[in-house]
Amino acid sequence: MKFTLSWLKDHLDTAASLDEIAVTLTRIGLEVEGIEDRSAPLASFVVGEIVEAVQHPNADRLRVCQVNVGKDALVEVVCGAPNARAGLKTAFAAPGTIIPASGETLKVGAIRGVTSNGMLCSTRELKLGEDHDGIMELPAAAVPGQPIAPLLGVDDPVIEINLTPNRADCAGVRGIARDLAAAGLGALKPIDTTPVPGTFKSQGHIVLEATDACPIFLGRAIKNVKNGPSPAWLQARLTAIGLRPISALVDITNYFTFDRCRPLHVFDVDKIAGSTLTIRSARDGETIEALNGKTYTLSEGMTVIADAEGPESLGGIMGGERTGCSAETHRIILECAYFDPKRTAETGRELQVNSDARYRFERGLDPDGLFDGLEAATRMILDLCGGEAAETIVNGAAPEWRRTIEHRPTRVATLGGVGVTPERQQEILNALGFATEIHPAGFTVTPPSWRADVEGEADIVEEVLRIEGYDKIPETHLPRTVAIAQPAVDAAQRRVAWAKRLLASRGLEEAVTWSFMDGKIARLFGAPDSLELVNPISADLSVMRPSILPNLIHAAVRNAARGFGDVALFEVGPVFSETGQATIATGIRTGLSSGRHWTGKPKAVDAFDAKADALALLASLGMDTSKLQVDANPPLWLHPGQGGLIKLGPTVLGTFGALHPDILDAIGFDGPCVGFTVDLAAVPLPRSKGTGRPQLVLSAFQPLKRDFAFIVAADVPAEKLIRAVRGADKAMIVDARLFDVYTGPGVGEGNKSLAIEVTLQPVERTLTDVEIEAIAAKIIAAAGKETGATLRG
Amino acid sequence: MTDTDDLGALRAELLAKIAATSDEATLEQLRVETLGKKGVITLRMASLGQVAPELRREVGQANNELKNAVAEAIAARQAELGKAARTAKLAAERIDVTLPVRPEAEGHIHPISQTIEELIQIFAEMGFTVAEGPEIESDFNNFTALNIPPEHPARQMHDTFYLPPAADGAARVLRTHTSPVQVRTMLSQKPPIRIIAPGRTYRSDYDMTHTPMFHQVEGLVIDEATHMGHLRGCLTEFLRAFFQIDDLPLRFRPSFFPFTEPSAEVDIGCSRKGGQLKLGNHGDWLEILGCGMVHPKVLEMCGIDSTRYQGFAFGMGIERIAMLKYGIPDLRTFFDADLRWIKHYGFSFLDQPSLGLGLNR
Repeated sequence: MKFTLSWLKDHLDTAASLDEIAVTLTRIGLEVEGIEDRSAPLASFVVGEIVEAVQHPNADRLRVCQVNVGKDALVEVVCGAPNARAGLKTAFAAPGTIIPASGETLKVGAIRGVTSNGMLCSTRELKLGEDHDGIMELPAAAVPGQPIAPLLGVDDPVIEINLTPNRADCAGVRGIARDLAAAGLGALKPIDTTPVPGTFKSQGHIVLEATDACPIFLGRAIKNVKNGPSPAWLQARLTAIGLRPISALVDITNYFTFDRCRPLHVFDVDKIAGSTLTIRSARDGETIEALNGKTYTLSEGMTVIADAEGPESLGGIMGGERTGCSAETHRIILECAYFDPKRTAETGRELQVNSDARYRFERGLDPDGLFDGLEAATRMILDLCGGEAAETIVNGAAPEWRRTIEHRPTRVATLGGVGVTPERQQEILNALGFATEIHPAGFTVTPPSWRADVEGEADIVEEVLRIEGYDKIPETHLPRTVAIAQPAVDAAQRRVAWAKRLLASRGLEEAVTWSFMDGKIARLFGAPDSLELVNPISADLSVMRPSILPNLIHAAVRNAARGFGDVALFEVGPVFSETGQATIATGIRTGLSSGRHWTGKPKAVDAFDAKADALALLASLGMDTSKLQVDANPPLWLHPGQGGLIKLGPTVLGTFGALHPDILDAIGFDGPCVGFTVDLAAVPLPRSKGTGRPQLVLSAFQPLKRDFAFIVAADVPAEKLIRAVRGADKAMIVDARLFDVYTGPGVGEGNKSLAIEVTLQPVERTLTDVEIEAIAAKIIAAAGKETGATLRG
Repeated sequence: MTDTDDLGALRAELLAKIAATSDEATLEQLRVETLGKKGVITLRMASLGQVAPELRREVGQANNELKNAVAEAIAARQAELGKAARTAKLAAERIDVTLPVRPEAEGHIHPISQTIEELIQIFAEMGFTVAEGPEIESDFNNFTALNIPPEHPARQMHDTFYLPPAADGAARVLRTHTSPVQVRTMLSQKPPIRIIAPGRTYRSDYDMTHTPMFHQVEGLVIDEATHMGHLRGCLTEFLRAFFQIDDLPLRFRPSFFPFTEPSAEVDIGCSRKGGQLKLGNHGDWLEILGCGMVHPKVLEMCGIDSTRYQGFAFGMGIERIAMLKYGIPDLRTFFDADLRWIKHYGFSFLDQPSLGLGLNR
């Protein structure tokens, strides 16, 4: 919402400075976005009177002008404007002036051999409008040498406030003035509410059908108007707030929209088909060409004002092109109505049309001020356009707005945190237009008709507080309920933070990527249709991600393009499926796991890098990783032979492996890429609640190690053999480590050799050779039974 | 006399030989030849019985002296030779220690994660716990329960992403703020309530200063007595602790949110001199968050008796406070996973925020 200082002063009698006004506006909740002093760039421009304009000797279209700029000597200026003529008063810029439109500094120049000592300017060159047909034409009364800013009304600072959606009343300058007056910044000026008597009865008819959508509709015919340009002061105000002056009638309706928050509409009676205006619901498929030049197709439930040919105005939103005013208009109907906020908002949203009227109606206008608004607008039309006004046709009745709210003055302290005396509360409320009736239990408050947003006691507290000042509320400590702060997170939440730190400690960098992704890729990871956004911002951000892997691979592509091919990235974040969302720790490694270095050969990342990441994460979450199994049937997005599932019994805790080349091709990544996922919620939380640990039992006897080399069929999973070996004597065998894998001569075709180092831990005494041999025999037997392994000869 | 002369010559000869040895093997051989079982000195000592009894004591003493002198000389020479051999070995083992070490990667924690942990630390101190909720929300939780009916103009302030309706027909959105977690908390928990809810939020907006996904933290306190003074106190203490500026001024301005009444926007003190934004008591203001007293309608919609309970709620952008605290200039870079950015703006995994040990290094 924009307005100028002088406009505000039409309604507010105040001695306050602009600064005080701005500070107060922000303090009471009408946050000042900016104050624009449009006169600053025009400070060096003065009125110049063309005393003589003669044809340029060397150019047909140029004139050489002698200009009186209020100094003793005339200034010679070369000008190409068609309207440069003797006697014209226009805007003059001396050399050294910065021209607002171009930002360039004006220099003395010679144009086709004639020196030009300045410039005569158009509206557009001063960035005051679009007009560039000629130089500005200032009023004849302008005095040469006088600054032009005050003449143009641009010395009036423009204030812009960021209006919150609840304050429809402050979408009009008068509402803002009322708030400022209540805040002690002056007095609200009275307005003239004398009715303009109607001199004749209107010939036309107004039929109000849609009383739900438009409870009241006032129409008033005015004849013999002359619709020329509006006066300079009105044009200046509209221009100041960014509106384009059009014609007196249109400008007047725009003026009341901003001045009183009272949108109006003017119909050209001669363009109305038939003699009846009907306010009704649109019929499906009806169309209207609105004043913004666009045609809208309407549907049932939208409110239109129609004549015999159909809709000609979208109620509460925008007028129609067909019956709009023009220079020829001489008979009009002035509309002043109340359109239902909800329906206005719905229609506006459906048709995607924004207008100053919609903005106001959907926020809820003052239902009580229609007559005053109509009278004031009639008066201004008669003043500016002449004519005669008919009697007002009233259809419907203003919706009931009176309601009472019980308010306990103590609530300002108990809810607002600061004590304000009941007397002061009453003073504030009354200044804002609220009626108060005091009784022993408190106030019965009647909000004014323009404050549809005020519904309950909390709103009354806010009204008092915002005028009294939020800065008066003292800071109060939140009382502590316990002496020592308790943990803010539970075990599951804490894991999320741990997982991130564990992965970072392993050299992976944390990424935070979009929760949505390219639908094509998402489908490769099993995204269902139900997770596709209805209104995505773009095709590559269209489906809720079923996995974080593609986002990280995309990130790797971007990093590779910047010259960083060896990437280790992780993200712990949400992943979406039909059943909901899960927090998945996901990581990728690409390129080389160890790069070129003098100590050894470079090594590309492989599935075991990803497996190591996943297992380290699981271990840090409290999992005994020796209890986990790897199922070598990876999901479809992993290499079918180089990936797997990590399971605890039947539960899948995670996945790891090399990415499937089809996926990498689809994303456009070139090079080795491995990844893992761990579903944090699937990992069981440790059971023990206490802080104690099981007692540490140390053996007095040295552990001993024995190596076993087995030959097994090539397709036997190593994990199966290790498990068999470990299980051969659970009391004695504390570790079994696979340290060598060999295929080739000596182990037979289709076989492999797996070498395992077994650690035995004697508990009661040193083992004898016979006992060791017995355990070895058990190991060999178990390996043979479970995997068909034989001891390598 | 002869015998003693012989002994003197032998001693001189042996000591000279010992001194002349150049390696440990020769020295050992010499030891065997002199002090070994059949060594010249050993034999000499063994033949003491053949010496005339009156001379035995003298000869025996001389023999012992000889033995000791030779043994000492051998030991000394052995030490010398050992040291020389070690020195030579070390010289041969010289490497170029200026060669670079094996690279070890250290990852970094993203500023969003770090900031969330920091604010959890501070709010934990004030008795808050962390609540969470899903990011795909019902229209009811995201809007209606928060006093934003479908036609409310405030809905236009949220550029909402929509999903196809749920199986039961309920409209689904990507939550536009973390406020639905308020609703879920109040529906599932009885007052007193003191929670914060950090998390991802979504709005259909993408330009210099907006991303379609961002993070917010919501705060909610509900009990019988919490008023706006507590809200001021809580936020003042949080912001001062978070930004580590003891005298950071706060300004509360009346504002509007459908879910709070009274509502406020909060500015913090700053300076913009020379185009450089600096937080502190410098006269200028920067908007930082929105807050207010929970609207009675919201309480009622969440099953809480608004005539008995009241409290406050606030919401702020996590990227925004992280940008301000850590001087990160561009919002969009948060989601780009540019390694150079993460290494520069990220945090060591050891930088676990803690009030007791200091929030930052």
